[in-house]
Amino acid sequence: MFHIFCPYCQEYREEEEFHPSGQAHLVRPADPASVSDEEWGDYLFFRDNPRGIHHEMWVHRLGCRKFFNITRDTATYEILETYRMGEQPSITAANAEVRREQGVQTADGGWQTVGAQPENSRLNEETPS
Amino acid sequence: MSEARSEDNGGNAATFDTHPGADAGVTPESPLQWSRVQGRVTEEGGAAEQIRVVERPFLGHLVLRGGAITLDEAVRAELGVSLPGKPLGLVLDAEGSRSVQWVSPDEWLVIVPAGEEFELENRLRARLGDAHFAIVNVGGGQTLLELSGEKARELLMKSVTYDVHEHGLTVGKAVGTVFAKTSVVLRRPSEERFELVVRRSFADYCVRWLRDAGREYGLRVESASH
Ligand SMILES: [Zn+2]
Repeated sequence: MFHIFCPYCQEYREEEEFHPSGQAHLVRPADPASVSDEEWGDYLFFRDNPRGIHHEMWVHRLGCRKFFNITRDTATYEILETYRMGEQPSITAANAEVRREQGVQTADGGWQTVGAQPENSRLNEETPS
Repeated sequence: MSEARSEDNGGNAATFDTHPGADAGVTPESPLQWSRVQGRVTEEGGAAEQIRVVERPFLGHLVLRGGAITLDEAVRAELGVSLPGKPLGLVLDAEGSRSVQWVSPDEWLVIVPAGEEFELENRLRARLGDAHFAIVNVGGGQTLLELSGEKARELLMKSVTYDVHEHGLTVGKAVGTVFAKTSVVLRRPSEERFELVVRRSFADYCVRWLRDAGREYGLRVESASH
């Protein structure tokens, strides 16, 4: 069960309140009429399926009902950060190892996957404001 | 049934009063009418149980959308309370019968006593004029259940995924969350009371869930007769 930090509600919530909505940062061609069939097909149907760092769009469907982004490791299910629509990830496949070694985990300083760090008492100690 | 043409409230939209009034010959039915027929809901009052659930039907529910600054000005002028700007905020007026709740960064839920929402909507529309906003009367789609009693929090712990501990759901907080596989707006207007805003079509289901989950404590569901 994920424990996900909603960047709009500003607190951790149970996964049940959320729904995944696929790959994040897809950009719709500005002028669809002028792109080739291949480009349009890529935009509509083709998605990345990486092993490791992936940026996904999720929606807090039973909370604030806002879409936001999650940087997640598809191999470990670890959620590395959550950020609002329109923002860029601070952790990417290119810098993930470096950032992990530096101990940088998320913008909010917490591990976001229950189970990834079972002994981590932080989640329980944190008092939501 | 009173109506307001768009010219009367600032030219934004036509509105109408969803409370037909006694002279219209229509008897409003609470979303818990079926539960009442089934004997799951009793009249208000009676012996004290450990948990008391009271339905507050027919309240005026308005959803306001738009920029916080614009809406705040209008809401303060018309309701006398400021718009909660912080996430999950819930504010009540001095009487405690009108509330404004943060729903998302550009959305607030206003709940006022039955029959006030039509005039309020018109006044807000007139005041907001050409600003970029939306007001929707959602009173027909949801109803409010009040939960009180010493075991109310324990009952919620079995029913919602949200942390209802004192440090999680503080007074003046309202959250959207999961309640018994359906959605709910869970509010904490005061120390001794919780409020559940549930979908109209799920009201009977929620009451049946509450009765079942509350059986070990003793629980009664009441609704004022109309
Ligand atoms: Zn949220």
